[in-house]
Amino acid sequence: MKKILLLLSLLIVSAFAAGGDLGAGTKADELNVPAIVMFFLFVFGTLGITYWASKRTKSASDFYTAGGGITGTQNGTAIAGDYMSAASFLGITGAVYLNGYDGLIFSIGFLVGWPVILFMISEQLRNLGKYTFADVTAYRLQQKPVRILAALGSIAVVILYLIAQMVGSGKLIEILFGLDYEFAVVLVGMLMIAYVAFGGMLATTWVQIIKAILLLSGTTFMSIMVMSQFGFSFDELFRSAVEIHSKGEAIMSPGGLVSDPISAISLGIALMFGTAGLPHILMRFFTVADAKEARKSVFVATGLIGYFYILTFIMGFGAIVLVLGAEGGAYLAEDGVTLKGMNNMAAVWLAHAVGGDYFLGFISAVAFATILAVVSGLTLAGASAVSHDLYANAFANGKKVDEQKEMMVSKWATVAIGVAAILFGIAFEKQNIAFVVALAFTIAASANFPVLFMSIFWKKLTTRGAVIGGYIGLISALILVILGPVVWTQILGMGEAIVPYKFPAVFSVPLAFISIWFFSITDSSEDATRCIEAFDAQDIRCQTGIGSDGAVDH
Amino acid sequence: MHYAMLVLFLTYTIRFIFKKEIIVDKTMVEKIQSNPSYQKLVSERSSFAWKLTITMLVVYYAFILLIAFSPETLGAKIVAGGMATVGIPVGIAIIVFAFVLTGIYVGRANSEFDGLLNQVKEDIAKDTK
Repeated sequence: MKKILLLLSLLIVSAFAAGGDLGAGTKADELNVPAIVMFFLFVFGTLGITYWASKRTKSASDFYTAGGGITGTQNGTAIAGDYMSAASFLGITGAVYLNGYDGLIFSIGFLVGWPVILFMISEQLRNLGKYTFADVTAYRLQQKPVRILAALGSIAVVILYLIAQMVGSGKLIEILFGLDYEFAVVLVGMLMIAYVAFGGMLATTWVQIIKAILLLSGTTFMSIMVMSQFGFSFDELFRSAVEIHSKGEAIMSPGGLVSDPISAISLGIALMFGTAGLPHILMRFFTVADAKEARKSVFVATGLIGYFYILTFIMGFGAIVLVLGAEGGAYLAEDGVTLKGMNNMAAVWLAHAVGGDYFLGFISAVAFATILAVVSGLTLAGASAVSHDLYANAFANGKKVDEQKEMMVSKWATVAIGVAAILFGIAFEKQNIAFVVALAFTIAASANFPVLFMSIFWKKLTTRGAVIGGYIGLISALILVILGPVVWTQILGMGEAIVPYKFPAVFSVPLAFISIWFFSITDSSEDATRCIEAFDAQDIRCQTGIGSDGAVDH
Repeated sequence: MHYAMLVLFLTYTIRFIFKKEIIVDKTMVEKIQSNPSYQKLVSERSSFAWKLTITMLVVYYAFILLIAFSPETLGAKIVAGGMATVGIPVGIAIIVFAFVLTGIYVGRANSEFDGLLNQVKEDIAKDTK
């Protein structure tokens, strides 16, 4: 295994040598040496951690949850590292840069799910589950159908999210390092397979922690540099931004992003409850010892993520003045309107504007680290759904599966998901991928969250209700997104959308809840009685944690 | 020294068995459910959690509805001649508020709820002796 990691490092070095030649004069203007040095430091550092973690990853519990030995503060930082994706860092800064105030609305939507996760989900998950959230939904229901539903919901969310990250990362690396798009996607895919397959949750957690610290310190520095140019006066910053931006004072108030109330509420539901249904986020709660550490995780994560979103707002406005308003349009593409690369690059060019080549290098490497950390978490969640939910439980037919075999399945699933992500990443290069994140959040909110929530809180939930309701949520989310404006109109070119809402969560989430309710109360089977009777014991464990696994020392 | 280790070993074993048993045992379920500390824990924690959740939802959806129906409220200048609009401190305040809510919950859970939980565990440990 040491050999494989070394080989991978060598491959990356040689690839950069070749990529540098290929890239020169084509995609990037020049080879970004500081960026590449920082990038190597990060890659070697994290591969080193992977090697260290691999020696400590022996049992299935080590692989899925780092043995439950992560502290609340570490886990909170890792959650923040998992959640502050390249989409938030580049996307939200870019959104503020383009539309001003509207960017903040997204940040708030992404954040307000966290307190709800704390109050309703985090401790309950820790007390009831072991490796995946399906452990909770299948706790007192029939294993097979419920696990298959949860695994499908998890894999759908993971693959969609991965596609978005892969396409984004390919584009970003193409611009920053001058590598070919396909090559960049393959590189990201191989690194994430190495982290997850060899280092499991322990390596993934530390990659996420390191990335969170790098990202937070980088963005803090950038925000201070921006504010120092305006004598730390927000009024000055806003005044200069309004003068430069083509939309003028409109950037200071809510604009066209959220036009009608139904879209607004639907977006809110998708963001809020979608977060509580993301398998890679839910899985993080099993890495801590007990409910107390789980709640501390959310507290730390909410603080870090909220702080980060406030910074993206400052950076977005800073970019309007210092990047858009830079002398001679230094950061603009040939058309003189969009940014070099794409408008999502506002944060990256701002790094150059305030800190020169070296800081640009640092932020580029951080952006890369961000992508790797997020895709690793996703891949691990997807692989766990395959090995733990499908292989070890749903298709084991009640037989006890050998732990080492289960881990092998998980590792091969990691490779398979990695390869699929690479292929999808390449296939979707030219597609508009904005909808896939919307779809991932909508599925998470409509299929995963309602079943999870009802299984924890509602005594009368039965297998039939959970399974039918979950599938209705999953399928209705899928159909409504396909009939919506992004897929129907923009991608398929079928004319006006049948469903005029980008986020259909306002329909699919209640539909899922109502179906779960209806198909549970009309269920008079023997199994239904058993499910309802088993609730009291489940609830005691949920409330007290008595019977849940403790930490394993490393 | 050896005695200490033996005692430790026994406590862990007992704890281990006890943990496994408690879930399957139906009388234990009833025992815990009728424990006053347990009842207090469950009712207070869930009502607190629901109150905080509803507070968060109300604040967030009030903000969203304000954006949808009356964007000019948030677009109003804080001070005449200044640049900052009402929406900016409101938006930042919601982010800070979300964090403060998590802090309030964690604070009360760490002291009060965990205290009740330990009480429940002690009661049951006494019972099983």
